[in-house]
Amino acid sequence: MRKLKFSQAINEAFEIAMQINPNVICYGLGVDDPKGVFGTTLGLKEKFGKDRVFDTPASENAMTGIAIGASLNGIRPVMTHQRLDFSLLSMDQIINNAAKFHFMFGGQHTVPITIRMITGRGWGQGPTHSQNLQSIFAHIPGLKVVMPTTAYDAKGLLLSSIFDDNPVIFIEHRWLHNLESDVPEGDYRIEIGKSKKISDGFDLTIVSMSYMTVEAIHALEILKKSDIHCDLIDIRSVKPMDWTTIFHSVKKTGRLLTLDTGVGQGSVSSDIIAEVCHNCWSSLKAQPERLSLPDMPTPTSPSLTKHFYRRSEDIINIVSKMLGKDLDGYALIDRDGLPHDVPGDWFKGPF
Amino acid sequence: MEHTLKINLFKKLFKIRTVEETIADKYTEWEMRCPTHLSTGQEGVAAGVCQALEDDDFVFSSHRSHAHYIAKGGDIRKMIAEIYGKSTGCSAGRGGSMHLIDKSVGFLGSTSIVGGTIPLAAGVALSVKLKNSSQVTCTFFGDAAVEEGVFYETINYAVTNKLPVLFICENNLYSVYSPLSVRQPENRNIFEMVEGIGISVDHGNGNDPWEVFEKSRNAVGKIRELQIPIFLEFSTYRWREHCGPFFDNDIGYRTETEFLHWKEKDPLQFFENMLLEQRVIDESQIQSIKAGIIDEVNEAFQFAHDSDFPDFTGIQNSVYHS
Ligand SMILES: Cc1ncc(C[n+]2csc(CCOP(=O)(O)OP(=O)(O)O)c2C)c(N)n1
Ligand SMILES: [Mg+2]
Repeated sequence: MRKLKFSQAINEAFEIAMQINPNVICYGLGVDDPKGVFGTTLGLKEKFGKDRVFDTPASENAMTGIAIGASLNGIRPVMTHQRLDFSLLSMDQIINNAAKFHFMFGGQHTVPITIRMITGRGWGQGPTHSQNLQSIFAHIPGLKVVMPTTAYDAKGLLLSSIFDDNPVIFIEHRWLHNLESDVPEGDYRIEIGKSKKISDGFDLTIVSMSYMTVEAIHALEILKKSDIHCDLIDIRSVKPMDWTTIFHSVKKTGRLLTLDTGVGQGSVSSDIIAEVCHNCWSSLKAQPERLSLPDMPTPTSPSLTKHFYRRSEDIINIVSKMLGKDLDGYALIDRDGLPHDVPGDWFKGPF
Repeated sequence: MEHTLKINLFKKLFKIRTVEETIADKYTEWEMRCPTHLSTGQEGVAAGVCQALEDDDFVFSSHRSHAHYIAKGGDIRKMIAEIYGKSTGCSAGRGGSMHLIDKSVGFLGSTSIVGGTIPLAAGVALSVKLKNSSQVTCTFFGDAAVEEGVFYETINYAVTNKLPVLFICENNLYSVYSPLSVRQPENRNIFEMVEGIGISVDHGNGNDPWEVFEKSRNAVGKIRELQIPIFLEFSTYRWREHCGPFFDNDIGYRTETEFLHWKEKDPLQFFENMLLEQRVIDESQIQSIKAGIIDEVNEAFQFAHDSDFPDFTGIQNSVYHS
């Protein structure tokens, strides 16, 4: 099948959505600029015109309210933030209006908006340019929160988000933008709230999200060589969460490791552990573990981020410990000299 | 007196230029691993405004803060070390280029979220007022920051409560790749619009450092005397790409012609010529000032390069003050 990069898959989803529905519009800082938000919005203005694809002032809060307003009258706005951190200026509109309007007005309003937010890691993005704050949005009833990992999922989930009648927070990890996967042509949808099983095994259940799933896939390849086989579940959607698949897997393996791109306390990964303990208590053979960022702001220096972020090596080590083995991930993985703070050769700072 | 002021202003301009261009030269060694927004071309505003401030006045800045930090007298060794992510950096390697600080000269911090430090300046001014001090607090921001709601809320509060703040808007025509035309109404001057909120305003040519200085000196005098906020807008132009070491006039959002037009109006060259014409200084004095600054900058890079990286161990205990 045809392969596309994650960024191209996003672009294609936009194109399809805008073709099939004239009410879909795309805006945000830089969506029509020469870089097209890491390639994800390139060419859209040329195809659909400046009334439907446009740049905005640096006015995140107002532009979010404007999206909500437009959506009340049938438009399906897709907003884009080059960093999730910039969307924080619009928390009032997201939480007090977007998330509430349907419920609060007795079901008379719908708010079909999608807000894309890009998170990341590395290259000194630091304390205010790389925060993985999915748990904040997951905490808000009335929002849906989606975090695709593969290009295939990115396209299908963006299409579903755009045509969902509720506000959807669509979180993209910068380190996924260049990764390729099979992507069918044309319109297809992935149900929001359905996870994806990436691999099967009886030893342990790993529940992961977004970029951490890529690190998990690498780790599982190594673990297989030591005859360790895990269920790997990529949640794809944080809210609603696919509890059925998670519980089913943990009941089979009896062991749970959750991976998070964000800080551990008050996180999605903690919540998964809580729900599993509550629902699968008698199946658990070991205490669940969580691999997340330390409870501190993201530092900038590469010497600090090196120990801050979690990688395949750390996943191997924690799985090994949970199974009573003593594998050393750092000895098993050869990164071939690639610095820890870039996703690959294609990425040179500063963006 | 005027003579010394002019020489000091020239030194600030040349120091900023030298630091910024050295960063640009060395960035592709990929040892400075953080987003870096250079101020080359915009030195006139930073130098002129800070020349009008006293050592104990306060300054805040935004993502493009190197010039403001240097102009206020910030330690350049610590600044370069910060960009290299070293433990000797002004923020101990935790903040990078966008988070500079030097409290010893009143530079209280720069941050990366557009508009973020505008209300902080008003808050410091409130504290100054409560303490009956005569210090002025200045905040630098770009033309995009006036699009954020917090800008209006802050000016409104500062005017209503007569807070001694100097708001400096550096209008370089762009926000990343977005020209003013897609962000603000045509033919509207920012300073005129802001005046409508009830604040005293002025505007000037940001590439004429002496004009910037005189307008700032005038504003700072009024702020101290009358205890009011003042808003100044200066026109200027960024030479290099929005973020990073390269030039980007070829990618389509602005033209080489426009860039060359502004390069003609180089604030550093303009001021150097002015000093020579006015015989404030002669060619050989200029050369010796430049040589001294180049040495100082090179030494700062060496210091940064030779410094140790910070250690992760124990850093989690630094999240809260204890
Ligand atoms: C709230 C927020 N929105 C968007 C950004 C992304 N961003 C970083 S710098 C910048 C440009 C700001 O332009 P301006 O204020 O004119 O300053 P300049 O870069 O021109 O010096 C933008 C939009 C941000 N940092 N913060
Ligand atoms: Mg600007």
